[in-house]
Amino acid sequence: MKWIVWLKRLAGAVGVLWAAATLTFIVQQLMPGSPALTILSGGATKPTHAQILAVDQAYGFNKPVIVQYLTFIGHLAQGNLGTSYLQHLPVTTIIAQQMWPTIELTVVALVASWVIALVFTIATAKRRRIVSAIGSGIEIIAAGLPQYWLGIILLVVFAIELKWFPVEGGSGVAPIVLPALTLAIPLAGFIGQVTRDEFAKVLDQPFIISARARGMGDTQVRLRHALRHAVLPGITLSGWALGSLFSSAVVVEAVFAREGLGQVLTNAVAGQDMPVVVGVTLLVAVVYVLANLLVDAAYVLVDPEIRLA
Amino acid sequence: MTAATRGDLATGQLAEPGGGPVSGLLPLRSPLLEVSDLKVGFGPRRTRRAVVRGVSFAVRAGECLAIVGESGSGKSVTARTLVGLTGGGSHVEAERLDFNGTSLLGLSDRQWRKLRGAGTGFILQDALVSLDRLRLVGQEIAEPLRLHRWGTRPARQRKVIELLKQVGVPEPEVRARQRPSELSGGLRQRALIASAIALGPSLIVADEPTTALDVTVQAQILGLLEQMKKQGMALILISHDLAVVARLADHVAVMADGVFVEQGPARQVLARPQADYTQALLDAVPSAHAKGTSLSPARKAERPARLGHARLGPAPAGPPVLRAVGLVKRYRGPDGKTRTVVDDVSFELPAGQTLGVVGESGSGKTTTARMVMALTAPDEGQVLLDGEPWTAVPEKQRRQRRRLITAIYQDPLSSFDPRWSVEHIIADSLDGGQYPGRDARRQRVGELLALVGLSDEHRERRPLQLSGGQRQRVAVARALGPGPSVIVCDEPVSSLDASIQAQVLDLLSDLQAELAVSYLFISHDLGVVHHMSDRVVVMKDGRIVESGTADEIFNYPSEPYTRQLIDSLPSLDVA
Amino acid sequence: MTAIIDRTHRQPSWQPAVSRWRLRPGVILSSAVIAFLVVAAIDPALLTTQSPYAVNLGAALRAPGLGHIFGTDQSGRDIYTRIVYGTRQSLLIGVGATAVAMGGAIFLGLLAGLSGRFVDGMVNRFLEVLFAFPGLLLALLFVAAFGQGVSTEIIAVGIGSAPGYARMVRGQVLAVKGSPYVEAARALGHPSRRIVRQHIFPNAMRPLVAMVAMGVGQSIVWASALSFLGLGVAPPAPEWGAMLDAGRDLVTQAWWLEIFPGLAIVACALSVTTIGRYLRQRFEGETG
Repeated sequence: MKWIVWLKRLAGAVGVLWAAATLTFIVQQLMPGSPALTILSGGATKPTHAQILAVDQAYGFNKPVIVQYLTFIGHLAQGNLGTSYLQHLPVTTIIAQQMWPTIELTVVALVASWVIALVFTIATAKRRRIVSAIGSGIEIIAAGLPQYWLGIILLVVFAIELKWFPVEGGSGVAPIVLPALTLAIPLAGFIGQVTRDEFAKVLDQPFIISARARGMGDTQVRLRHALRHAVLPGITLSGWALGSLFSSAVVVEAVFAREGLGQVLTNAVAGQDMPVVVGVTLLVAVVYVLANLLVDAAYVLVDPEIRLA
Repeated sequence: MTAATRGDLATGQLAEPGGGPVSGLLPLRSPLLEVSDLKVGFGPRRTRRAVVRGVSFAVRAGECLAIVGESGSGKSVTARTLVGLTGGGSHVEAERLDFNGTSLLGLSDRQWRKLRGAGTGFILQDALVSLDRLRLVGQEIAEPLRLHRWGTRPARQRKVIELLKQVGVPEPEVRARQRPSELSGGLRQRALIASAIALGPSLIVADEPTTALDVTVQAQILGLLEQMKKQGMALILISHDLAVVARLADHVAVMADGVFVEQGPARQVLARPQADYTQALLDAVPSAHAKGTSLSPARKAERPARLGHARLGPAPAGPPVLRAVGLVKRYRGPDGKTRTVVDDVSFELPAGQTLGVVGESGSGKTTTARMVMALTAPDEGQVLLDGEPWTAVPEKQRRQRRRLITAIYQDPLSSFDPRWSVEHIIADSLDGGQYPGRDARRQRVGELLALVGLSDEHRERRPLQLSGGQRQRVAVARALGPGPSVIVCDEPVSSLDASIQAQVLDLLSDLQAELAVSYLFISHDLGVVHHMSDRVVVMKDGRIVESGTADEIFNYPSEPYTRQLIDSLPSLDVA
Repeated sequence: MTAIIDRTHRQPSWQPAVSRWRLRPGVILSSAVIAFLVVAAIDPALLTTQSPYAVNLGAALRAPGLGHIFGTDQSGRDIYTRIVYGTRQSLLIGVGATAVAMGGAIFLGLLAGLSGRFVDGMVNRFLEVLFAFPGLLLALLFVAAFGQGVSTEIIAVGIGSAPGYARMVRGQVLAVKGSPYVEAARALGHPSRRIVRQHIFPNAMRPLVAMVAMGVGQSIVWASALSFLGLGVAPPAPEWGAMLDAGRDLVTQAWWLEIFPGLAIVACALSVTTIGRYLRQRFEGETG
C-alpha cells in the first residue's frame, strides 16, 4: 500500500524533470540572437551567411520548433545533452569531468552545516535569555553572510595569513575544509534558526514535563526527546538546501579557484553556450528532485505519522 | 467519625480522616507529605508575581487530597512544586515542605532526579500530548525504570507488560509496541498512569487526569485511581471539576488567587461549604439544576429561581423552526475506507425551545451541526429551515436566508478575524439593508453589546485582549446580529471555567426567554445539556440512540447506552 | 442585564513576558544603516566629495587613512566613494527584483489558493518545476539567455526568488481559506468576493510584509553574486560585487579592497533582514 505512494512520487518527480527540461527548451528558443553565431564565434573571421546556414542545417536550427523539441526530449531520454557551442564537445563529457568535485563539496558542506547547527542549537536553545539571544543573533548573522565574501575572509585569514590550509590545490582533506565551511556556515545559520525555534517550542510541551517528572536530567531530555521533534523542520529545509548548496557551490568554487561545475557554468553563461548551461541546470534539477525524495524518506523515518500528501 | 477543623489542617496535624471503610480501620499515622505556608512566585525579586500565596496541607498514605480551583488559581503550580518542576524563574519558599520526613526545600538537581518517578509520580492531562508521540508506549513506560537503574533490559520489558496489565490495558504486548496515537484516549491515559507508577511511588500527583476524556472513559480512569488509592498510594488530585473530585477525595481544598479559600474533609466542603466561593462553584455546576434556574450568583440575586419550567408543558403549536430528515454523511479516510460519520439522523426543533445534542467524541454531532448550518452538504437526507428546504437548495438561494440561522463555537477566538475589533466583528454580521449607514450600525452594535452584558469600553478592543467569557459574549452578540430564529451552539462553554460557564449559560437562557430564539445545543457535557435543553437527542457512532424530553432522558433513560452515559456522570453526592 | 464579572486575559503563570529589549538595539542600528544607504542611493554627493571614477594612479592601493577612510583601489579610486555610489545600483536591483518577485508571487499564489483544485494543482506543479532550479541558477539561466545588464539582472534575480514567495502566499491563502473565521463569515452569508476582500487578501498578505524586507536583503546579495562572477554590470561602474571581483587577486597586498565592499553588502543585507524579522514579530505576534 505504501508502495503506491512512493511510485506516485517517483512518477511526479519524473514529470517535474520533464517540465523543467521543457522550460529550459523554451528559454533557449526565446533567446535573442542566433546560436549559430555563437558556435561560429570561435573562428578567426566573421562568419559568412553560407557558414551560418550550414551550421543551422547541421544542428537542426532551421527545423520547426516541434521537431526540435522532440529531438531535444528524445536526446535527453537517452542521456544525450547535446554538444557545447563553444567547446564543441559533448556536454555530458564536460559535466562528467567536472562533476565530482562539486558533488563532494556539496555533500561535505551539508553534513558540516548540520553538525554545526545541531551542536550549537542543543547547547544554546532555551537557556537563560542572554545565552539564547546571543545564539540566535549569531545564527542570524551567519545566515545572512554572502558566501563569496565569507569565502574570501576565510581564505585570507586561514590560508594566507595563518597558512593552516592551502590557498589553491593541495591534496587530501585540507583543500576542502575552507570551501566546505564557506558553504556550511550560512546554511548552518538557517538550519540553526529553524531548529532552535522548534526546540524552544518542543521544550514547552507536556511530554517533556512527563519525562522530567520521571527523573530525567536536562541533557538527556534534550537529546532523547526534544531532538527528534526539533529536527523535523530542518529536514524539510535540507531538501531545498541541497539544491541551493549546489548553486552556491558555483560561487564558492570561483573564490577558491576550485575545479568543478561552477567554472563550467560561469563560462557557459558568459558565452551564451546554452547546451552547457541547460545541461548543468538540468543536472541540478535532477539532484534537487532526488534530494527531495530522500528528504521525504528521512522525514517518514523520524516521524512515521506524517502523511505524504 | 471526627470532623477535622481548618485549624487542625493548618498545623499539619490531622485528626482521623473521614471517609471510606479502609482508612477508618487504620491507626493515626504521620503524614507522608506536609506542606506549611507554601509560597511560589515568578520573575526577579523586584517584579515578582506571587502565584501561590501561602497554602498548607498534608496527605497520608491511602488518602486523596483534591485541590480544586479555576484557571489562574495556582493549583497546577502547587502540584508542580511537589516534583520541583515549577520552571525557570520560579522562586519557592515555605515554612515546611516535607516528603517522607525529608525537606524538599533546597534540594539539588541530582536529589530531585532521584526523587522524581521513584518517590513521587506525576500524571498530566491528555496523554496524547503528555507522552512522546514519536516513541513507543513501552519505551515511555520503561523510561523511569531505566533512569533509576531498575533491573536489566529484559526484566524491564517484562515489568512494562506487568504494569500495563495492572492498569487494565488489554493485549499489553501489542500495546507496548505501539505509538500513543494508535491507542484510544482511555488506553493512552492508562499507559500514562503506568509510566507514573512504574517504580511504585508512595505519592501520585495527578493534574487534571481525566479532563480530556469522554465521560464513560473518565469513570473508568477514576476507578483505576481509586484502586491505586486503596492499595496504599497517597494521591493529590488537581481538578476544576468538583464532581470528579467528589468520588475520590478524602479531603478537599478550594483554591483561588493563590490561597486556599476553604479546606476540609470532602463531605463537609462539598455538602456544607463555609466559603461563598465554594458555594458559588457548587452552584455553577449545571448537572444539579433543571432548566430555568440560575447558575451564577449575580443572576441569582437578580432573579430568584423560577419554579418548574414553563416548557415542560405540551409543545407549542406551529411548525418546527428546524427539521432534519434522515441526514447521512460519509467520509473516505486516507486508507480508502469509507466511514459513515452521520447515519440517518432526524430531529425537530420547535420554535423558542432548545434541543440538546449529546454524545461523546466521534459521535457525529459536530458533523451534524455543520450540515444543519449548510456548511457541508449531506450525502442523503435534508434539513428544512422554517419549513422551507435548506440543504437541498443551491447556495445562491440560501444566502439571503442565512441570517435565520447563526452559530457560536467552542473556540470563539479562532472564529474571529484576528485583525478586527469587537465593533467590526459585530457590525459585520448586521444586515446592510436593515442598518444602512455607519451611525445606524454603531447604534445597533451598542444595543447588542448591552444585550450580552458588555459595554462600550469593549468596542475597540481586539479579541485577544478579552477574557474567554467576554469573547464568547462577543460571539453571541455576533450571532444575534442578523436576527436569527435558530442559533447553533457547538460546545459553547466547554473551554470556560465553571463560574464563567455559569454566566454564559445564564445569558443564553435569558436571551431565549426575551427573544424566543431557538437553540440547537451540542455538547459532550451532560450536565450542561440537561440544564439548557427542553428536548434531547443522544448520539453514538453517528446514530441517534435515544430522544425525548430532558426530564425523560436524564431521569428515566431507556437505552443501555444512555444509561451508561448517565451512570458515568460523576455526581457531587459524597455520601 | 448580566453584570460583567469575569477577569481579563491573564498570562499563564510560568511564561515570562515577551522580551523586546534584545530587539531594540538591533532595530535601531539597522534603521540607521538603512537611512544612510537610502541617502547614499538618492544623492551620493551628500556623503562624499570625491568621484567614483577619478583615476589617480599615484595614490593607488593606499591603506585606509586620512582622506581615504576605506583606502584606494588599484586605479587610485577612493573605495569609500565607490561604495557610496554603488549603493544606488544595489538598492535598485534589490528593490526592483523583490518587486518583480512579489508581483509574480502574489499573482501565482492567489491564483493557486483561490481557484479550484485543478488550477491549484497546475500552478503547484509549475512552482515545483521552478523549484527544481535553485534561485541563483534560475537567475543564471535567465542571464545566459538574455545577456547582461541592469534590467536583465532585476528580472533574473526576481524570477529566482519568486517561486519561494509564491509557495508561501499560496500556503497562506489556503490556510486562511480554511480557517474558522472564514467559515464563520460564510455562515453569515457573505458572498465569496466579500470574503476574499475582507479576510483572505489582508490576512494572507500579512506575513509578506516581513518577507519583503528580507527579500530585498537576499536580492542584493544575489545581485552582487552575479556581479562577482562577472555576469552583472560592466566596469568601471561602482558595484559592490564587481568591486569584490576586481580586488580578489590583490587581496594579499590590499586587504581593504575586499573587506569594505563586503562589509557594505553584509551590513545592508543584515539591516534589512533585521527590520524584516522585527516586522514579522510585530505582525505575527498580534495573531497570537
